[in-house]
Amino acid sequence: MTVRAGALDTAAPRVPAVGRRRSAEARLGYLMVAPAVLLLILLIAYPFLMSLYMSLTDEYVGTPGRFIGLGNFVYLLHDDVFRQTAINSVLYTVVAVGVKTVLGIVLALLLYALPWGSRLFRGVILLPWVIPTALSTLAWWWMYTPPYSVVNWMLMRLGVISQPILWLSDPAWARIGIIVVNVWRGLPFYAITFLAGLVAIPRELFEAAETDGAGPLVQFRAIILPLLRPILSIVVMYSTVFTIADFEIVFILTRGGPMNMTHLFSTLAFQVGLVSTFIGRGAAITLFIFPVLAVASFFILRLVRAGEEYA
Amino acid sequence: MRRLLVYAGLAPFVAFAVLPFYWMAVTSLKTDAETYNLQAMPFLIRHGITGEHYALLFQQTPFLLWYRNTVAVSVLATLGSAAIAVLAAYSIVRIRFWGSDGVAVGTFLTYLVPPTLLFVPLSEVVGRLHLIDSYWALVLTYPTFIVPLCTWLLIGYFRGIPRELEESAMVDGATRLAALVRVVLPVAVPGVLTTVLLGFTLSWGNLIYPLAFTSSTPQKVLTVGLLTELVRGDVFYWGSLMAAALLASVPIALAYSFFTSYFVSGWTAGATKG
Repeated sequence: MTVRAGALDTAAPRVPAVGRRRSAEARLGYLMVAPAVLLLILLIAYPFLMSLYMSLTDEYVGTPGRFIGLGNFVYLLHDDVFRQTAINSVLYTVVAVGVKTVLGIVLALLLYALPWGSRLFRGVILLPWVIPTALSTLAWWWMYTPPYSVVNWMLMRLGVISQPILWLSDPAWARIGIIVVNVWRGLPFYAITFLAGLVAIPRELFEAAETDGAGPLVQFRAIILPLLRPILSIVVMYSTVFTIADFEIVFILTRGGPMNMTHLFSTLAFQVGLVSTFIGRGAAITLFIFPVLAVASFFILRLVRAGEEYA
Repeated sequence: MRRLLVYAGLAPFVAFAVLPFYWMAVTSLKTDAETYNLQAMPFLIRHGITGEHYALLFQQTPFLLWYRNTVAVSVLATLGSAAIAVLAAYSIVRIRFWGSDGVAVGTFLTYLVPPTLLFVPLSEVVGRLHLIDSYWALVLTYPTFIVPLCTWLLIGYFRGIPRELEESAMVDGATRLAALVRVVLPVAVPGVLTTVLLGFTLSWGNLIYPLAFTSSTPQKVLTVGLLTELVRGDVFYWGSLMAAALLASVPIALAYSFFTSYFVSGWTAGATKG
């Protein structure tokens, strides 16, 4: 069949019949997406199904693992360390995403109002998001380490605290410490995306509002917030997924300590699944990230599609 | 007046953003005597700049080997992924075939999958392929997060390129692939560069996969090497560790300083619409 088509092609006129050209095009299309589809199936979909199955077994390193139904999940839900981890993850995500949203809006408005030098400022502001977290968090680790903690030095000089804080070894401060780093890392992404949304708002709206005597606060509530809402929701949902799935910051700064007070799902899964090699249980822990991912992707996809219709 | 207020408002954000990098640089250049002197002013170097931390890094640690591994893994994973993504994105946008919309949604959904969701089963996959403790495991698995990202962003770029460009080339007798390579790609350079750069950055900085799949010193990449071997027990080599983190960050910072504007427009386009 292919030989015949090839033979025909050389004899046929240069532009072949539309129908044949379509099917040849479709074949080329399949050929071109094939590597990507294979990758998605073999290295994402298949491992995902594998982790679903593994989470239902008592697989331990070196043993094939028996099917134990929901045993791992029952175990986890009664396990104090896992419960603590679930609380930590939710707390970490809610606080970090909340702070990033508020500060992100403030920073975006400041960048928007910047008379000149916005390119330079944008470049500098973006640094924490651009430089790999696994590297920059090493600096934060050193900044938090007593007795040389430069964060303490600054806070004491500014008169905010009188005693050095034991960042990373005091449970409450360790939590605050990792959230600060997460906010530091994620804020640029929020601000720059919000800024893109602000720039897209027609200037006439602000001018019209000003002639009507609306002050900055009214303009913010009546123009900026409603028009920014689609971008805001996308960013918040996208960031929620990646914040709850965070790994580097906690792994580098605290390894989940002190007393498991900073463990997130991913760091606990690493500890249980790969260090202690309870592989089935580790897989079960990572799956708790999945519902968040599923809900967020559903809404993001809907918003993106709505955006496409407007565009 | 208003201008001053804006600058005053921005100042704390800029200081917050820059502080850790400044601190890295200062620590890497300061003598230990000054670093560990609690009476000294930590932000300044008063007793001379030293290169001893950098010397220790190059002479007594496998830093350069890890650097080489990181470059090799990131380049291979990113170039492979970029090729896969360009072909897929182009075919989804231009050659409409049954299922192309499904593939587009599939790439978008996988783009939202964080690497931490899959490291447990992937370590089994890597084990079955006998790639445990080899950086080839990273070359194989990094595309799981680079390809969806690049494909999704490129779909957006290719949509913005007028169809007529390649159609006129094809009327002149060029094949689809030739039109893609000679007509479309040159126009899409900013988009392709942005996505390549993003993929490269993600590869360069990934921590969880190398932590899960590699363990011996010669197979490590920078992120894992620095964290597991430059920190020995309770003895910290802060000067060398900061020097290492700084040197590891430089290529990424340089790349972005050249491409910031491309990159910002690319990122926001990808994040807010297809």
